[in-house]
Amino acid sequence: MTISIDPQKTNNESLQPKGWLRYFSFSLDHKVIGIQYLVCGFLFYLIGGTLASAIRIELASPMSDFMPRDVYNQVLTLHGTIMIFLWIVPVVNGAFGNYLIPFYVGARDMAFPRLNAVAFWLIPPSGLMLVASYFVEGAAQAGWTAYPPLSITTPQSGQIIWIMSVLLLGGSSIFGGINFIATIIKLRRPELKLMQLPMYCWAMLGTSLLVVLSTPVLAGTLILLSFDIIANTGFFNPVLGGNVVVYQHLFWFYSHPAVYIMVLPAFGLVSEILPVHARKPLFGYTTMVFSIMGIVVLGLVVWAHHMFTSGTPPWMRLFFTIATAFIAVPTGIKFFNWVATLWGGKISINSAMLFSCGFIINFVFGGITGVALAQVPFDIHVHDTYFVVAHFHYIVYGGTVFIIFSSIYHWFPKVTGKMLNEKLGILHFIITFIGFNLCFAPQHWLGLNGMPRRVAEYDPQFQFVNQISSLGALLMAISTIPFLINVFLSMRNGKNAGDNPWNALTPEWLTSSPPPVENWEGEAPLVEEPYGYGKEISEQK
Amino acid sequence: MTTLDSSKEIQKNNSEVNETHEDFRMFGLITFLIADGMTFAGFFAAYLTYKAVNPLPDGAIYELELPIPTLNTILLLVSSATFHKAGKALLKDKNSDSQKWLFFTAFLGIIFLICQLFEYFHLPFGLTDNLFASTFYALTGFHGLHVTLGTLMILIIAWQSRINGGRLTSQNMFPLEAVELYWHFVDGIWVVLFIILYLL
Repeated sequence: MTISIDPQKTNNESLQPKGWLRYFSFSLDHKVIGIQYLVCGFLFYLIGGTLASAIRIELASPMSDFMPRDVYNQVLTLHGTIMIFLWIVPVVNGAFGNYLIPFYVGARDMAFPRLNAVAFWLIPPSGLMLVASYFVEGAAQAGWTAYPPLSITTPQSGQIIWIMSVLLLGGSSIFGGINFIATIIKLRRPELKLMQLPMYCWAMLGTSLLVVLSTPVLAGTLILLSFDIIANTGFFNPVLGGNVVVYQHLFWFYSHPAVYIMVLPAFGLVSEILPVHARKPLFGYTTMVFSIMGIVVLGLVVWAHHMFTSGTPPWMRLFFTIATAFIAVPTGIKFFNWVATLWGGKISINSAMLFSCGFIINFVFGGITGVALAQVPFDIHVHDTYFVVAHFHYIVYGGTVFIIFSSIYHWFPKVTGKMLNEKLGILHFIITFIGFNLCFAPQHWLGLNGMPRRVAEYDPQFQFVNQISSLGALLMAISTIPFLINVFLSMRNGKNAGDNPWNALTPEWLTSSPPPVENWEGEAPLVEEPYGYGKEISEQK
Repeated sequence: MTTLDSSKEIQKNNSEVNETHEDFRMFGLITFLIADGMTFAGFFAAYLTYKAVNPLPDGAIYELELPIPTLNTILLLVSSATFHKAGKALLKDKNSDSQKWLFFTAFLGIIFLICQLFEYFHLPFGLTDNLFASTFYALTGFHGLHVTLGTLMILIIAWQSRINGGRLTSQNMFPLEAVELYWHFVDGIWVVLFIILYLL
């Protein structure tokens, strides 16, 4: 077997549109698809963010005076679904995965370029369908979890559109996962050992395993749910002899791993960013790899900690509490490794680094409340309160979204060849960090004092704290303005970045910015030490 | 499994194929089938949970007749063997033999589907009668959908293995191997389904 890494001869460039038009085409180039994922995801992030603002405006006063209650339910359902399935999962997996993984394994494209393009083009129609469902006698109202019997009794058309849309997005996610596994395992150039891969490859391998193993279960569950709604079967309808708890088990069998699908790639990305800007090798590479795989295995057997109040039998509570507590161990190992990577490093305080540090701080909070929520007595007390909302947003916003921004600051020079403005970037970080903590930290208090989530009205005693939270949300909304200005200005007249502005060692920086169509002119460089910082240049050859 | 691994043998013998990359389409297909298997695993888990914790209403009929599904099991197992024969024949460049075996496999698949429909029309319960009935139709229906898709794909590759102008040759075995693996997978699922749904 030769080392030829030339994929299928599918990239017939003469047939593909050039310039910005290629981002609207069925392009097979992994870099184009990565940018398609990122921009499409960001547009949905703006929609989801607008919905979040609507929620916080409504909650600034105890009565439901900004919008009627059923509209509030639709807004919170769409907010959750859009943010999870159309922003975080596609961007943190699809966008960065497609852009970076072929570079990291020394390939010229993904293993299945056509499947890759199909996976992306499933997203815009299903997203538009989901948003459009608002105009058809109302969107789904049952939350992103779509628990029956609520999802069976609320207006049906919106719920069915929701199911169709999530099924398509799940299919897109599975196709992406298959592609990543095949690319990392099979398309890796043979001289490159698995333990020499950049950490993001390991994170994506673990994530894709979770996607392939758990997403199909959600698909099957949603098909059964749609039977309940359309054909009047009784799988999850107690009136017809069904069992709602079965839905919860099947749903969380996907949706707990989904949390790791959202956060493991962020773990990988931060492991790429920290060593570059701290000029130190990543601390504890091997333990990082084993932690990721440990999280993957444990992540599949902790789902019922979402269901401690669903009449779960004691043995199940015991098992899932212990399993969940165990997940804190590999996660903790990763945190100590990141801190040790920073320790004694030559740290440059730039936007990418700030967002990564913000991630570490926020995620420690989210992790601690996560361990607390795994304890049955505490969980029963705060179940379905704002404590859970705060915990969740500390993980996905404070964790993953911070890393998405950090990655944009880190890789923007590679993608466009232009540097982003650092002053605007730091301003973006400060507003986001303050706004985020102002918005979600008070919600811990609200939850502990018993304010239920997903309800448009609340006890007037909570008004002041809710207004603080809404103020934080306002700051978060404002924070996108310097970011957008920064991106548009820098694309037009930003400073030229050169090939490797950060002096990084991972393979994507060893080609021109932006990279040529098949990633390298000539043969791909073999990077055996992606984190060899702090050594003599001659040692790095 | 000899035919499934034959691409490697071809690569050894054929210097032209050696210049391209390793064929990982089969790897992708296996990953997809694992995912597909998880969908069935979810359905089976739901069915077994219902069986364990959800008592059926009095007078509910949940007895199934065994003759037709047993015949169906035999049909699918035989079809797996005939598909295997088709692959072997194609490997020896006997395209017309291969095509015959493929048409015979597709024929067995169609008979399976007809038997399945016959069973549906003669069962004493309908989709919404009770929880058992709903799960029964969901599981067998989802599997039947797989058999339908598989039969269509077999017909397509049978057409492609024709002697004049067919794409399928001993040099290009992948379409046949892919559909064969899928077909074995669907058969395997049926055996599990038969045990869980009819025998347990």
